[in-house]
Amino acid sequence: MTTSDPRRFDASLRAQGLDPFAGVAARIAHVASAETRHERKLCKSLEDAIRASGLKNGMTISLHHGFREGDKTINMVVAKLAEMGFRDLTLAPSSLLSCNAPLIEHIKSGVIRRIYTSGMRGKLAEAISHGLMEEPIHVHSHGGRVHLMDRGELNVDVAFLGVSTSDPFGNANAVSGLSRCGSLGYAMVDAERARTVVLLAEAIVPFPNAPASIRHDQVDYVVQVAQIGDPAKISVGATRMTSNPRELLISRLAAEVVEHSGWFEEGFSLQTGSGASATAVTRFLEDRMVRKGIKASFALGGITGSIVDLHQKGLIGKLYDTQSFDSQAAESLRVNPGHIEISTNTYANPTSKGALSDWVDVVILSALEIDLDFNVNVITGSDGVMRGASGGHSDVAAGANLPIVVAPLIRSRIPTVVERVTTVVTPGETIGVLVTDHGVAVNPRRPDLDARLREAGLPVFPIEELHRRSLAITGAPQPIPFLDKIVGVIRYRDGTVADVVRQVAD
Amino acid sequence: MKIVREALAGTLESSDLMVRIAPHPDLEIVLQSEVMRQFGAQIEAVARDTLDKLGVTAALVVIEDKGALDCVIRARLQTVVQRAAEEWTAEWSALS
Amino acid sequence: MKLRRSMLFMPGSNAAMLSTAFVFKPDSVMFDLEDAVSLREKDAARMLTFHALRSGLYDGIETVVRINPLSSPFGMADLEAVVRAGVEVVRLPKTDSADDVHRLETEVERIERACGRAVGSTRLMAAIESASGVINAVSIASASKRLIGIALAAFDYVMDMQTERGDGTELYYARCAVLHAARCARIDAFDVVFPDVNDDAGFLKEVDLIRRLGFNGKSLINPRQIELLHNAYAPTVEEVDYARRVVAAAEQAETQGLGVIALNGKMIDAPIVEHARVVLRRAAAGGTRK
Repeated sequence: MTTSDPRRFDASLRAQGLDPFAGVAARIAHVASAETRHERKLCKSLEDAIRASGLKNGMTISLHHGFREGDKTINMVVAKLAEMGFRDLTLAPSSLLSCNAPLIEHIKSGVIRRIYTSGMRGKLAEAISHGLMEEPIHVHSHGGRVHLMDRGELNVDVAFLGVSTSDPFGNANAVSGLSRCGSLGYAMVDAERARTVVLLAEAIVPFPNAPASIRHDQVDYVVQVAQIGDPAKISVGATRMTSNPRELLISRLAAEVVEHSGWFEEGFSLQTGSGASATAVTRFLEDRMVRKGIKASFALGGITGSIVDLHQKGLIGKLYDTQSFDSQAAESLRVNPGHIEISTNTYANPTSKGALSDWVDVVILSALEIDLDFNVNVITGSDGVMRGASGGHSDVAAGANLPIVVAPLIRSRIPTVVERVTTVVTPGETIGVLVTDHGVAVNPRRPDLDARLREAGLPVFPIEELHRRSLAITGAPQPIPFLDKIVGVIRYRDGTVADVVRQVAD
Repeated sequence: MKIVREALAGTLESSDLMVRIAPHPDLEIVLQSEVMRQFGAQIEAVARDTLDKLGVTAALVVIEDKGALDCVIRARLQTVVQRAAEEWTAEWSALS
Repeated sequence: MKLRRSMLFMPGSNAAMLSTAFVFKPDSVMFDLEDAVSLREKDAARMLTFHALRSGLYDGIETVVRINPLSSPFGMADLEAVVRAGVEVVRLPKTDSADDVHRLETEVERIERACGRAVGSTRLMAAIESASGVINAVSIASASKRLIGIALAAFDYVMDMQTERGDGTELYYARCAVLHAARCARIDAFDVVFPDVNDDAGFLKEVDLIRRLGFNGKSLINPRQIELLHNAYAPTVEEVDYARRVVAAAEQAETQGLGVIALNGKMIDAPIVEHARVVLRRAAAGGTRK
């Protein structure tokens, strides 16, 4: 039967909005042939894919930053959009880094009008801090980004998602192929929520591609591109133990805090973040876990090679990975069944049906500044210029039983402990302990913890004492002059405004 | 103290500073610092005080600061003056 | 009880280290104006060290400065600077005889008087770095009331002995001689630097040896080694427990007017009680072993 037999339809049904059958391909054109069934999503070029996506001026596009400083997708897509004459777009990548400096030109020329991001660094951040954009950027946490999508503020029209392999149907991952960033935790969220999903695949592999971090039922178009990113530049997981004695001192002290916190028990869970100190904390914890004969049930978040080591030694049960911080982690995600890829929704969205961040016992966090109320700034440097990322900081601080901030008390001459942070990203009420090279300060909201750490003989001081000590060494810094113009809005994970960043005065 | 030759002291490593000095008709301090916004005024005050105590009233002093503490700033300035002065006549008590 | 387990060396010319090293809390810090400083930077290192000593950054840590030999063009200027800056201990390098200490003492006293510092408040230590220094260790150690200790320094010593650093065999006699000299004079004895900062196991093995020999501590070149060293020198919980019981038994015997101290039916000698008190003082000052 190719068309409807009039006897099999009654005109009265039209009133109910029903139409007669008109042939299998009349409404579902792609079933007409094997070629269209299987390969209709394949586009010849990025330009074709953009045209096919229906993108229009003023719409919102999203991308992921799984390759961090090695990303080649964000700049490439925006450059192409500029070339095609698009204007007034909202750019909503999961984050931006120093490598995204070329975006400055596209902001100046009006291609990009608004930005939502977890963070910014380098020249782009410098320019935006100095008032490059008419509208302030919105800085969200990883969990908060998903929340903004779900509550309808951040509606992504087209997601351009870099993947290392995809089949022609859109089953994609980043654990196979050449340029592998491992987890696609950021991209999985966009694949689920964007109106139109375009995959930029470094390699098109035969159907079916597995595992499918992004599934074919989420994908509209697939286009092959030369390179999506350079995995060597993800590099935030320090592969070797740091030899910097000050970092080692802080990390050892942080491990001692964990050991005596009351949360260091069989089956505890942890998140360590990135960087040399995090790697060193992991190593110091390993010794203590072995000595005490306990194992962790899971580790969450950005996963580093040092966490993978502990998993492979049987000291950590499951690894929930929303971002693989180095190639060892990416490889582990491919081969280790206990290493599980999760989206940032599963990770940390406070208004999802459940976030893993709520199950973390111990989290090690960083800080550019922390103030006497334990509020943490991870966005603006003490010169007032934005140079960091919100990331999962406020998400996990809110969920974890023991959020520990580690930082040197002084960086060259810049004090970390300040009277009031330049920018509040994570509210102090969620922070448990500050660990510095000059000693430990426990949030007064945690008298139990304070007592346990003092009992263990750790160098515990009131945070005011650490502040006083650092001022005695550096002298009192002058306040940073700001203009009135707001250049950044810091969104707390629930969508509320935690703070605003104003333009720095020159 | 009279500055009679060009001299250099310090390094460009973090927490240090590089100071150049040269003969000049009057005292001119050119300051660059990584922590200019927070500590520029303080660094300049320390530099002027240090030079004043050494009796240096005419010199071009170019400071490139990498977040050094005041005690390091004083030490580097005194070293560069010692290297550039006609005769080093300072008492130790004038140095701190 | 002043513990001198760790003496952290740092080049007097390194601004970044001088600005931060106090966070590692060594028992003593030694600013080096001698071998770690190039000839071109002697003046700069002296000035930096002068200000580091005056800054208050190292309050609570014993400050030591290794000056250049008085026979060099730099030694006297170094001494002028550091005595006036209030250094606690001047370390004399390459001490071959008691006369070297006497010469230093004379100059120190002159500077103390000149700058109004209490005469005798500048303490000294002598580094022994040659065969003749080792042979003269006994007279060196008792050459001045200002001496707080003598230190063996291996680099020049092994060259003088026509050998090289190895497993410690090359230092066998020197260690024992220096240690005995220090004990005769009732001052502290410090062991050599362990050169490989990445070999924790080798370092701990050497620490174990010198601790059992009786050295008070060791010179260090990497702050990482401080924690390892302090932990190795800390008495174990068992040792502290036993020491507590020994001291309690001794006190009980004393209050009861007994001449003999007994613990669990065994007689305790006076030296054991004395050692127990040392263990408790060490534990009070530095905690127990982890």
